[in-house]
Amino acid sequence: MEDDAPVIYGLEFQARALTPQTAETDAIRFLVGTQSLKYDNQIHIIDFDDENNIINKNVLLHQAGEIWHISASPSDKGVLATCYNKTPDSRVLACAAVWRMPEELESVGHESPDDSASTTQTLELLCQLGSAAPGNVACVTWEPMGDGKKVISLADNHILLWDLQESSNQAVLAGSASLEGKGQLRFTSGRWSPHHNCTQVATANDTTLRGWDTRSMSQIYCIENAHGQLVRDLDFNPNKQYYLASCGDDCKVKFWDTRNVTEPVRTLEEHSHWVWSVRYNHSHDQLVLTGSSDSRVILSNMVSISSEPFGHLVDDDDVSDQEEHHAEEKSKEPLQDNVIATYEEHEDSVYAVDWSSADPWLFASLSYDGRLVINRVPRALKYHILL
Amino acid sequence: MDSETDMVRQIRALDSDMQTLVYENYNKFISATDTIRKMKNDFRKMEDEMDRLATNMAVITDFSARISATLQDHHERITKLAGVHALLRKLQFLFELPSRLTKCVELGAYGQAVRYQGRARAVLQQYQHLPSFRAIQDDCQVITARLAQQLRQRFREGGSGAPEQAECVELLLALGEPAEELCEEFLVHARGRLEEELSALEKELGPSPPAPDVLEFTDRGGSGFVGGLCQVAAAYQELFEAQGPRGGEKLAAFAQELGGCYFELVERRLAQEQGGGDNSLLVRALDRFHRRLRAPGPLLAAAGLTESATEIVERVARERLGYHLQGLQTAFLGCLTDVRQALAAPRLAGKEGPSLAELLASVASSIQSHIKASLAAVHLFTAKEVSFSNKPYFRGEFCSQGVREGLIVGFIRSMCQTAQSFCDSAGEKGGATPPALLLLLSRLCLDYETATISYILTLTDEQFLVQDQSPVTPVSTLCAEARETARRLLTHYVKVQGLVISQMLRKSVETRDWLSTLEPRNVRAVMKRVVEDTTAIDVQVGLLYEEGVRKAQSSDSSKRTFSVYSSSRQQGRYAPSYTPSAPMDTNLLSNIQKLFSERIDVFSPVEFNKVSVLTGIIKISLKTLLECVRLRTFGRFGLQQVQVDCHFLQLYLWRFVADEELVHLLLDEVVASAALRCPDPVPMEPSVVEVICERG
Repeated sequence: MEDDAPVIYGLEFQARALTPQTAETDAIRFLVGTQSLKYDNQIHIIDFDDENNIINKNVLLHQAGEIWHISASPSDKGVLATCYNKTPDSRVLACAAVWRMPEELESVGHESPDDSASTTQTLELLCQLGSAAPGNVACVTWEPMGDGKKVISLADNHILLWDLQESSNQAVLAGSASLEGKGQLRFTSGRWSPHHNCTQVATANDTTLRGWDTRSMSQIYCIENAHGQLVRDLDFNPNKQYYLASCGDDCKVKFWDTRNVTEPVRTLEEHSHWVWSVRYNHSHDQLVLTGSSDSRVILSNMVSISSEPFGHLVDDDDVSDQEEHHAEEKSKEPLQDNVIATYEEHEDSVYAVDWSSADPWLFASLSYDGRLVINRVPRALKYHILL
Repeated sequence: MDSETDMVRQIRALDSDMQTLVYENYNKFISATDTIRKMKNDFRKMEDEMDRLATNMAVITDFSARISATLQDHHERITKLAGVHALLRKLQFLFELPSRLTKCVELGAYGQAVRYQGRARAVLQQYQHLPSFRAIQDDCQVITARLAQQLRQRFREGGSGAPEQAECVELLLALGEPAEELCEEFLVHARGRLEEELSALEKELGPSPPAPDVLEFTDRGGSGFVGGLCQVAAAYQELFEAQGPRGGEKLAAFAQELGGCYFELVERRLAQEQGGGDNSLLVRALDRFHRRLRAPGPLLAAAGLTESATEIVERVARERLGYHLQGLQTAFLGCLTDVRQALAAPRLAGKEGPSLAELLASVASSIQSHIKASLAAVHLFTAKEVSFSNKPYFRGEFCSQGVREGLIVGFIRSMCQTAQSFCDSAGEKGGATPPALLLLLSRLCLDYETATISYILTLTDEQFLVQDQSPVTPVSTLCAEARETARRLLTHYVKVQGLVISQMLRKSVETRDWLSTLEPRNVRAVMKRVVEDTTAIDVQVGLLYEEGVRKAQSSDSSKRTFSVYSSSRQQGRYAPSYTPSAPMDTNLLSNIQKLFSERIDVFSPVEFNKVSVLTGIIKISLKTLLECVRLRTFGRFGLQQVQVDCHFLQLYLWRFVADEELVHLLLDEVVASAALRCPDPVPMEPSVVEVICERG
């Protein structure tokens, strides 16, 4: 079973922001935001044709500024939010806004003439997040299961919960909380938990992980010194409600049970530099993807703490066929937690990795030099998990 | 004629000769005949005398027969009289017996009494049908019963030591008392005495240590209890030999039980000794203990006392080993604490504290002397003159598994573990472990790997001639473990130090407003600090680790040639992006650059030399700088400041690393990234940069 070679796509600019188009479940589509201080920034819509191994791209202009973070609405394919820097009169201002892309780009299979860069289309601004409230926005995260009406943005030491109204044309501040303490506290990253009826959000600031209740906007748990150094990213296990993964500058990836904040459940130390991004696979939560500034992407298999117990994989209906059942069980020796693969296609720091929302066996990684690499889970492992 | 005359003359001569000869022979014949005749006469005379002798003898025989016939009668009478006399004396003895016995009993001459009784018993038994004898017998029986009672009384009182008791038992046995019962009683009695001994010992044990020292204790136990036990056993075997195997079993059970109590006491006492340091005393005590118990060995083989004693000794030996291992570990931790204190002690101006090398030497020597002391202490267990040293355990397992594996290998392993624990626990936030300690431990482990382990193990093998064939940890395995520990410690040292410098750089980049900064006039203080710290680390590492190898190209470069080098680079393929001549398409440039350079593994394992350590630290620091720069936006002067800073770092950091190309590469990338993050990238003139840097 040969694995398909990775597909590489190059952007002209530096880039840090990557997200799958969350609301799209049929086509493999990623959104990449560029960082350029001199030219107009762009959002590349990357369509991947799985059968032909071909990439189709569409470029949208994002003139507001360089993009640091991008996230797509979970319900509306055309809506996305970005965090971007503006540099008016030698000041850096990090803002966030919700945008709508032109309608013809929303759907699958739209072929845009590749060479007609001059006719690049522009995003339509729906609303600004936090024009009223000051602060540098680091991250925007959507309510995962909802109707795409709720958004949380992290600005300096504030968590702001927004209600998008009038078909997202207006953002109303629905709640906020802020972090008090000595020193300059700044959130670096945050994720909205898909569990507990979407009432929990986890944030990272410095070395600390915090959980928040979105109804009362109050802290529910706090993991002090989750990492030796800055925490860069975190992600919730999509199937186990108390489990989350975090990564940081100590080169480690840690898995936490939020009911026990003193000790991580597992620690991975495979990267040789800061780990910038960690993502659970959306359907098979033993697959964990990490990207690091050592220019590597590592796919790990965390079976022992996944929601998939050993041996359950055999359907109970098959029990009549004893022999087959037996043979199958034999081949299903408990898998060890291990590194499945290390991908070395990047030559610069990898700041973002993410799984496709349509194909659970496919993921993309983005390095600073603008290289986007699309890879697949090795087939052998895929069949092992599926069968 | 002549011849005829001659012949005649000759014949005559011959004739005359012949005549003479005939005469002579005739004479001889005559004399012989005379002799024979005389002999015949003599024989006849002799025959006559013989006949007379025979007649006389017949007369004598006749007389003799007559005399004996007359005497026979008398003889028979005398014999009969003698028999009657003896019988009468026996009868008299029998009649007197009761009174004699009574007297004997009264006088306490039990032995005598028993002997009398023994003599009379059979006769009395035989003639008991006669009334008079029966009376005597009855009397005797009464007296004997009394005697037996008295004997038992005495036996029970038991005040008079074991030999007398044995005598009593002997007498009682002779009196025909049931042996089994006596056995029991004897043992019960002996138990009483031995238990007294034991309770005396127990009292000495006391609740608190001021008891007499362990040697005295085992001595007392040995002479009191074991001696007593020996006596009892010897007496028992002598007395109840006839009892056969059952008696032996009884004795064995008895000895086992009491021995068990004794061992328990001894063990309790030895347990009190466990904390003490004086091994020789303990070994001597154990020796006495063991030696004493070897004596009853043959007597009480079945009771297994010797085995139990050996077991106790073995157990104590094992515990001793454990104790020493613990002692070594404590000593090691103590050393570490000392080092920590020495490192933490504030350095007085002008008065340097002990250098790292000295500290290392002192730690190494103190550990080594501790190991040697422990070895010497446990070596006492195998000394020739110690009675248990030739037991198979002490010849084999004790040496190989106990001392070599348990003590020495165990200690080295635990040392490695302790050292490694510094890597694991202190990883967060720099931890409490001073980096110098990590460095020192790493060097210590490396020294162990290269020399000390094999030295210690050879020493051990020599002192404890290991005869056991059980597998032992080979030196190479231990060395590999030590090396691994050393490597981890050093890597951790690099991480910690790298982190310290990284934090400094990161704070400096994050807290500054790079957009509105002024035109650079100076190298920022933090960069000087970085160089200073790196130099300090260089000195620190240099104290313990060798220089290491550098790439040949830098061997002749100096500060002067460096600046030439950097300007020559401008024309080279890797034109630094901050020079004005360089194109601003840094993206492409850096990509090309990367094509030709190898991937830099930032947190890669380090080798055991100074250059490698410093390279690691600098790599970590510069990579941090790069990542931080990429997160910021720079104004024109911000970029120029970065340019100045990087040039400054380049000036001073190249000398620390194995491959200066690496520093260039990373710093170039920092500047290139800064240029990318700058909306208005106008780099500074390289000459100006140099001037600023040289000004300091």
